[in-house]
Amino acid sequence: MLIRRPDDIPSREITPEAAYLGRREWLARAGVTLAALSPSVLAACTRDARAFTSIDDEITPYDKATTYNNYYEFGTGKEDPSRNARSLRTEPWTVEVSGLVRRPGRYGVEDLLKGLARHERVYRMRCVEAWSMVIPWNGVQLRDLVDRLEPLGSARFVEFTTLHDPAQMPGQRSNILPWPYVEALRLDEARHPLTLMVTGMYGKPLPNQNGAPLRLIVPWKYGFKGGKSIVRIRFTENQPATTWNVVLPNEYGFYANVNPEVDHPRWSQARERRIGEFFKKPTLMFNGYADQVASLYAGMDLRRNF
Amino acid sequence: MTINDLLGRVVRPAIVVGGVIPAIVIGMRLFRGDYANPAEALEHATGFTALWFLLSSLAATPLRTLTGVAGFTRLRKPLGLWAFAYATIHLGCYLVFDQSLLWGEIWFDIRERPYITVGFTAFLILLALAVTSPNRMAKWLGGKRWKALHRLVYVAAALGVLHFLWLVKRDITRPVVAATVLIALLALRLPAARRERRAAKDERRTPAAVAPSRG
Repeated sequence: MLIRRPDDIPSREITPEAAYLGRREWLARAGVTLAALSPSVLAACTRDARAFTSIDDEITPYDKATTYNNYYEFGTGKEDPSRNARSLRTEPWTVEVSGLVRRPGRYGVEDLLKGLARHERVYRMRCVEAWSMVIPWNGVQLRDLVDRLEPLGSARFVEFTTLHDPAQMPGQRSNILPWPYVEALRLDEARHPLTLMVTGMYGKPLPNQNGAPLRLIVPWKYGFKGGKSIVRIRFTENQPATTWNVVLPNEYGFYANVNPEVDHPRWSQARERRIGEFFKKPTLMFNGYADQVASLYAGMDLRRNF
Repeated sequence: MTINDLLGRVVRPAIVVGGVIPAIVIGMRLFRGDYANPAEALEHATGFTALWFLLSSLAATPLRTLTGVAGFTRLRKPLGLWAFAYATIHLGCYLVFDQSLLWGEIWFDIRERPYITVGFTAFLILLALAVTSPNRMAKWLGGKRWKALHRLVYVAAALGVLHFLWLVKRDITRPVVAATVLIALLALRLPAARRERRAAKDERRTPAAVAPSRG
């Protein structure tokens, strides 16, 4: 398994924000910055940031990544979350930790993550609707948080619950989905080094419409697995009931691993449209992270466990 | 000026020309960069516009029966042709942007994916109706056959609504609104259709009543 050791210096201290505008520009600016900083430190950090995408993956412009969102708590239209999410208050923010864990309790989000190594990772994000983006996330590895909370030996799954507050989340006034939104991972998936607990993107705090102040990112799974605005983390022995899987079990599986060979019952998953491009291109197995994650599912029938 | 004149001289030309307005609006938004996913936006907007032109064309006949103003019938053709025009762009987006003209994939979709099957069938119907829409074609086909063929417009509209319903993920509001309008438009036709059927039956009965006296 090839997982490169990430460094723990936040990249925003190194790469100027404007550099995210485009890869070519990014490279040019990185070159300029390189001269000003210790080359070895910079090289390590940029490798962490970009080690998980290929040279063809141009970073999605910030304004696209923050105005084209699926976040039904703020409306079902793609532009609804960016318009409606201002009503969300993310400070103070408390996360309740419960279930099969040695350190349950209510934690302020800052305390929860305090001292954990910060990372910046550029990941592909593949939506189940066959579009995709490339986003630089800032956060911690979920495994570090899980280790801090010390799950019991009997814990096999970890569940993430999104805030339920129709006063702040107008979409929750309709029953388009059963609220609150719940997502979950197997504990080994949660402990995988690619899995992030995210607090920022593009070197800035996470915008509300992208799941502020705390969201999950699992880059080899369809985007809906990444619960947003998380208020509860629960460790369980049995597989939790997850929202999309509950409402449409034949369309959205618990695993929801990106798989070009297993179509959605109604549409193809073989190809995807990268936001900013007109033509679709082939979708990669496990969203291009097969080398790192395929072993998690060894021996499993991915058609049945879709 | 009567209502008939107004419909023929003002409303009809307005539709003939004004049908391009949605295309201009979509085009402007596209070039202004309003859409994060322009290919999808173009595809969805043209499909949506096609469906509503089609539903509007289906409103012409009920409006005529309700008001007794014959001129409404003259709006049917331009509305239907605009529906066909937008449906063509919609299909073109799918073929080019979604499938990059990979015909094998396209044929697979048409056979295996119900929402594509019904959408494509609806397009073929609209194509047949558009091709036979000039008066010459109607004459060439003969009134009866032309009328029978153009009844398929109901099938096209129903398939269009189904196509829409089957592709949305969870929020079915917009397809349900379209379905409601379609059902209402069809319900408005029921009395006239019943009358027509009764008239046809009477026609058949008359020769039958005559027959015994002949024998």
